[in-house]
Amino acid sequence: MSSYDARFRVWRGDTEGGALEDFRVEVNDGEVVLDIIHRIQATQAGDLAVRWNCKAGKCGSCSAEINGRPRLLCMTRMSVFGREETITVTPLRAFPVVRDLVTDVSFNYTKAREIPAFVPPEGVKPGEYRMQQVDVDRSQEFRKCIECFLCQDTCHVVRDHEENKTAFAGPRFLMRVAELDMHPLDAAAESGLDRRATAQEEHGLGLCNITKCCTEVCPEHIKITDNALIPLKERAVDRKYDPLVWLGNKIRRRDAT
Amino acid sequence: MTELERQQWDVVVVGAGGAGLRAAIEARERGARTAVICKSLFGKAHTVMAEGGIAASMGNVNSGDNWQVHFRDTMRGGKFLNQWRMAELHAKEAPDRVWELETWGALFDRTPEGKISQRNFGGHEYPRLAHVGDRTGLELIRTLQQKIVSLQQEDEREFGDHEARLKVFQECTVTRVLKDGDRVSGTFCYERETGRFFVLEAPAVVLATGGIGKSFKVTSNSWEYTGDGHALALLAGAPLLNMEFVQFHPTGMVWPPSVKGILVTESVRGDGGVLRNSEGKRFMFDYVPDVFKEKYAQSEEEGDRWYEDPDHNRRPPELLPRDEVARAINSEVKAGRGSPHGGVFLDVSTRMPAERIRRRLPSMYHQFKELADVDITAEAMEVGPTCHYVMGGIAVDSDTAAALDVPGLFAAGEVAGGMHGSNRLGGNSLSDLLVFGRRAGLHAAGYAASAGTLPVVDEAQIDAAAAEALRPFSAEDLAEGAPTENPYTLHQELQQTMNDLVGIIRRAPEMERALEKLAGLRERAERAGVEGHRQFNPGWHLSLDLRNMLLVSECIARAALERTESRGGHTREDCPVMERSWRPVNLLCRPVDEQDTASGRIDLVRKVTEPIRPDLLSLFEKEELVKYLADEELEE
Amino acid sequence: MATGTETGTDSGKDPGSAPGTRPRPPGGPAARTTGVHHPTRAAIAARHLRTDRWWLAPAVTAGGLLAFIVYSTWRAFSNADYYAAPYVSPFYSPCLADNCAPMRNGPNWEILGSWWGLSPALLILIFPLGFRLTCYYYRKAYYRGFWASPPACAVAEPHRKYSGETRFPLIMQNIHRYFFYAAVPVAGILTYDTVLTFRDEHYAWGHMGLGSLIFLVNIALIWAYTLSCHSCRHIIGGRLRHFSKHPVRYRLWGWVGRLNARHMLLAWASLISVAACDFYVYLVASGAFDDPRFF
Repeated sequence: MSSYDARFRVWRGDTEGGALEDFRVEVNDGEVVLDIIHRIQATQAGDLAVRWNCKAGKCGSCSAEINGRPRLLCMTRMSVFGREETITVTPLRAFPVVRDLVTDVSFNYTKAREIPAFVPPEGVKPGEYRMQQVDVDRSQEFRKCIECFLCQDTCHVVRDHEENKTAFAGPRFLMRVAELDMHPLDAAAESGLDRRATAQEEHGLGLCNITKCCTEVCPEHIKITDNALIPLKERAVDRKYDPLVWLGNKIRRRDAT
Repeated sequence: MTELERQQWDVVVVGAGGAGLRAAIEARERGARTAVICKSLFGKAHTVMAEGGIAASMGNVNSGDNWQVHFRDTMRGGKFLNQWRMAELHAKEAPDRVWELETWGALFDRTPEGKISQRNFGGHEYPRLAHVGDRTGLELIRTLQQKIVSLQQEDEREFGDHEARLKVFQECTVTRVLKDGDRVSGTFCYERETGRFFVLEAPAVVLATGGIGKSFKVTSNSWEYTGDGHALALLAGAPLLNMEFVQFHPTGMVWPPSVKGILVTESVRGDGGVLRNSEGKRFMFDYVPDVFKEKYAQSEEEGDRWYEDPDHNRRPPELLPRDEVARAINSEVKAGRGSPHGGVFLDVSTRMPAERIRRRLPSMYHQFKELADVDITAEAMEVGPTCHYVMGGIAVDSDTAAALDVPGLFAAGEVAGGMHGSNRLGGNSLSDLLVFGRRAGLHAAGYAASAGTLPVVDEAQIDAAAAEALRPFSAEDLAEGAPTENPYTLHQELQQTMNDLVGIIRRAPEMERALEKLAGLRERAERAGVEGHRQFNPGWHLSLDLRNMLLVSECIARAALERTESRGGHTREDCPVMERSWRPVNLLCRPVDEQDTASGRIDLVRKVTEPIRPDLLSLFEKEELVKYLADEELEE
Repeated sequence: MATGTETGTDSGKDPGSAPGTRPRPPGGPAARTTGVHHPTRAAIAARHLRTDRWWLAPAVTAGGLLAFIVYSTWRAFSNADYYAAPYVSPFYSPCLADNCAPMRNGPNWEILGSWWGLSPALLILIFPLGFRLTCYYYRKAYYRGFWASPPACAVAEPHRKYSGETRFPLIMQNIHRYFFYAAVPVAGILTYDTVLTFRDEHYAWGHMGLGSLIFLVNIALIWAYTLSCHSCRHIIGGRLRHFSKHPVRYRLWGWVGRLNARHMLLAWASLISVAACDFYVYLVASGAFDDPRFF
C-alpha cells in the first residue's frame, strides 16, 4: 500500500463570500475524494461543511464539483488524478451556497412539488395491479435516479440563467414527467391531466436544447436525454405540433367561444 | 428562558426513512397535523441502501407461501426470541403494505403474469422478496417521498399551503424529547444549516431514527446511524430491549479500505452466488448448525439443483440466516483460509452469464466496478462481515408501537426492538418499516387526538437542552485546564473499541475492558470541543451525536456481557451454545436516574417474556420447538 | 477564449483562516451577475474550473460541420460533374428540374419543368438539410459548437439571455419528424441509385465498380442514420404506453433503440460517406479518376 500527499484546493466560504483554500493532505490506496475531504475535516479544518450520507453512490448527497465537473465526491476515485495534480473542489455552482461545499438545493424540492403525482387507476384495488415487465422497464430506468441533482446543476438552462429557474423544472423533473407518462397504469389522462402538454407549457420542456450535459454527469448512467427528454419532446409534438391535432384544437376552441 | 421558535403539531416524526415516512403518511391521512424531522435531505435516508427486497408472503412466485410460513421463518431466524405478536402482525400485514405502494406509483419487477416478482433470500422458505433489481430501498423511499409530495399537493389545493398539514424539516436534528411529567410534550431541535434552535410542541412523538452502526468501525451504515432514537428514548425514560443483538452482515466489501464495510447484497447469493475460501472450497457446507440440518442441502449438486427445482431439493447453505454465514466467514478467515484482503470469495462470475449478472445485480456490478475496479462478471468479489443492523431497540407495545413507560412516545423501524428477535432475516426490515411505521403513525395520531389537555413544554428543559447543545463551543472553559478533545478522534476510538471488543465474536474480559474504555471516552467526550460557529458545522454535529453513540454502545456492551449464551447476532466465545433457558429472557436497559443518564449509568434488568400464543406455537413441529424453548415453556 | 488552465483567483490563502470574512470578489470578466456569478452562488470568479481539454470536442465538431458546409455549398451550386454513368451524386438525386443531365433509367423527374434555372441540387438538398438541421444530435452539436450554448458541460455560456427552443425560429425544431418522413423516400431514391450502380457505363447490368462499393457503404449508413432517428424511434414504438400489447412494434422499437444509441456516430459516418460519395462522382465525372471495375 502506498500513500502520498496530494494538493487540494477547497472552496470555503458562505453567502458573504469565500475563496479557494489550499491543503496538503495524505492519500492512501483506493480512496475517493470524499475520504480526502473527511481527512481534511478530521485533521485540518474541523468545521469544513460537506454534505454526505451513504458513501456508496446510492443516496446522492455528496454532489460537488471536482476540477470544475459536477460529480459525487464518494464515487470519484483518487486514482483518476495524477499525483502532481492539484484537485479543486467547489460546491455546486447552480444553486445558492450555504457554507463551504454545502449548497441550498431547495430549488429541486420546489420543482418536485410542481409535478402532479401518480394518478392511480380507478377501480383497480391494491393487489390487483397487473403490469408487464416490458411496460415498466422504461419508467424503472428513470426511477434509478438517486436525486443527486448533478443534472440540475450542470444544465446550462438554469446554471447560466438564474431567471429561468421559475419556468424550468430541470432534467430530473422533466424525467419524472416522462416516467409518469410512460407508467403503464397512470390515469392522469383519464383525470383530465395532459402530462405531455404540461411538460411543454408548465415545466419548460422547450427550454431544453438537448445538449446532453445531464446525461454526461448522471452517476446512475441514466440516458436522460435519449430516453426521457427527447421521447417527451416527441410526445409533446404528438399533442401540440401534429397538424391534425392542432386543427382539431382550433376548431374546438372556436366552438367553445 | 431561551428565546426560540416554537411550532405546534399533533404528531412529530423523528426520522424520514421508510418507517418515519410511512408513519407520517398514516398520521396525516388520519387527520393529524404531522411534522417530519430528519438529519439528511428529504429522500436520502439510509433506507435507500437496502438492496434485496421487501419480504411479504404474497405467493406470486410460489403459491405455497402464506403468512404462517413467513411467521415461522421469522421466528426461526430470530431464534424464537422475537416479540411473537410483532412477528405475527408483520407476516400478516406485509402483503397489504407492499400492494399499497403500487397505488402510490411504485414499480416493482414483474412476474410473467404481471404480478410483483419475488426472489429468494436467506432464511425464507419461498421466494418472497418483492424487489426492483437491487435497489429496492431506493424505490421504497422514493415512493413514500412522492406520496408525501402528493399529500402536500392536496393541501396546496385545499389550503394554498403545501405544508398546512404535513411538513418535512430536513437537515434538522433532535437532541432531546421534552416531557410534561410522564408525558411527551415535544422535541428540542436544531437546524444543521444555521445552527438555530427550535422546539416542536406535540403530544405524540414517533421515533424512527434507524440504527447504531456508526459506533462500529466496519459498518454498512451511513453517518446518520448514531443511535439517536435509542438515546432519545433512553434519556426520556423509555427502556431499550435486547441491545446485545447486533447483526453483522456476512458480505461487506473488504477492499479498498475506504469502502470497507459497504454492503454486498444478499441477492448475490439468492441468485446463485457462492462463497469459497482461498482453497476454492465451498465451505458453507461445513457450517450448517443442527437446528437447520434438515432444511439445507448436504451436497453442492443438491444445492445447485435447488435454483432450478426448489420444490424437490434443499437450498444451498449459502442461504442460511445471516448470523450463521457471518460466523462461518469469520472462522474461515481466522483459520487462515481467507482472501488476500482478509475476507472470503463471493463468486457469481462462474455461475451466471455476464449479461444476466448485469441485469439482475446492476448496482453491485456498478459498485465493484467503480469503487474497487473489480468486474464481478469476470472475477470473484472479496467479502467479509460488516456491522449492519441492530435487532435491539426501544421496547414497544406490539400492536401500537408505543414505547413503554412514556405516554406519547412511539417507535418504529430499526430503532424499535423485539420484532426480529436475536437475528433479522434479509428482506424483513423493509416490511418491518412499512408495517410498524404505519402502526406507529396510526396510533400516534389516535393518541394525539384523544390526548385531552395538551402537554405543556417545560422551560427549564428547553434551557437545559440548549445549554447541553452549546457545550462543545465552550469546551475550553469547561475543561478547566485539561486538554479539549477532538470529536473525530473520540469517534474513531469509540468505533475501534466496539469493533475490537464488542464485535462479531465476544468474550467477557474484552467486554469488561470495553466498558472501561467507554467510561473513559464518556468522560473525555464532556470536553469535546469544536472550532468555528454554529452554521453547518460538522464537528459540532458529531460532538452532539457522540453522546448518543456512547450511550448506545454502553447498552450493547452491558447487555452482551450479561447474556451468557450465543444466539443470533450475539456470539460469545466463552458461552458458545444457545441456551434454551435464555429463550424467554429479555434484557432491558433502563436509565437509572433521569437527571443523570447522560453520565452513563444504565440499569440492566431481566424480564421474562410473555408466553407464545398456543395457536402460533402449533405452527411448528414439536421436534423443532424442543430445540428452542425452555423446559418450563414446553411443559405448558 | 478561456483555456483549460483557468483557475480560481484567490489562491495562496492560509489553510485554517476564518471563512466567510473575506469580501465577495468582483465578478468575472464582464462583471456579470447572473448564472454562476449570481450573488447567491459560491463566489468563484472563474467561469469554470475545468482542467481537461473541454474545448476540443466543440472545436472539432464545429470544424467538421464547417468543412461539410463549405464543401456541400460548393458542390451544390456548381451544377456540374454530378453524373458519370452509372453514378449519380446523392446531392443531385432525384433531379427535379429540366436542366438536369439525362440519366438513363436514372432519377430524372422533371416535375418542376424548365423554369428552374439554378442548380437542381438546391431543390432536393432542402430535405436532407432540414432533416439533419432539426436532428436531435446535430442540434446538440451545433448548439455547442457554433452557439456555445453551452460550449461544454459546466462551462458558462457567453449569452445573457436564453430561451431555448421555446420561440421562433427554434420552436420549429419540433417539426423534425416531418423531415424524417421526407428522409425516408429520399433514402429510397438513393437506394435506387445504388442499384443502378450495378451497371456499367453502357447501362449493361451485372457489373460492379469501386463506385458501387462506395454507394453501398453510403446507402447503408444513410439508412442506419435515418432509422436511428429519435423521431423514428418514437413513431415506431416509443409513443406506445403498453409494449406488451404490440409485440412486433416493441421488437422494432428495440432495434431502432440499439441503432439510436449510435445516432451520433451514424450522423457523422453518413455525413462523411455522402460527401465521399459525391466527391467520387465528381472525380469520375470530371475525368480526374477512372472508376476501377471489378467485373
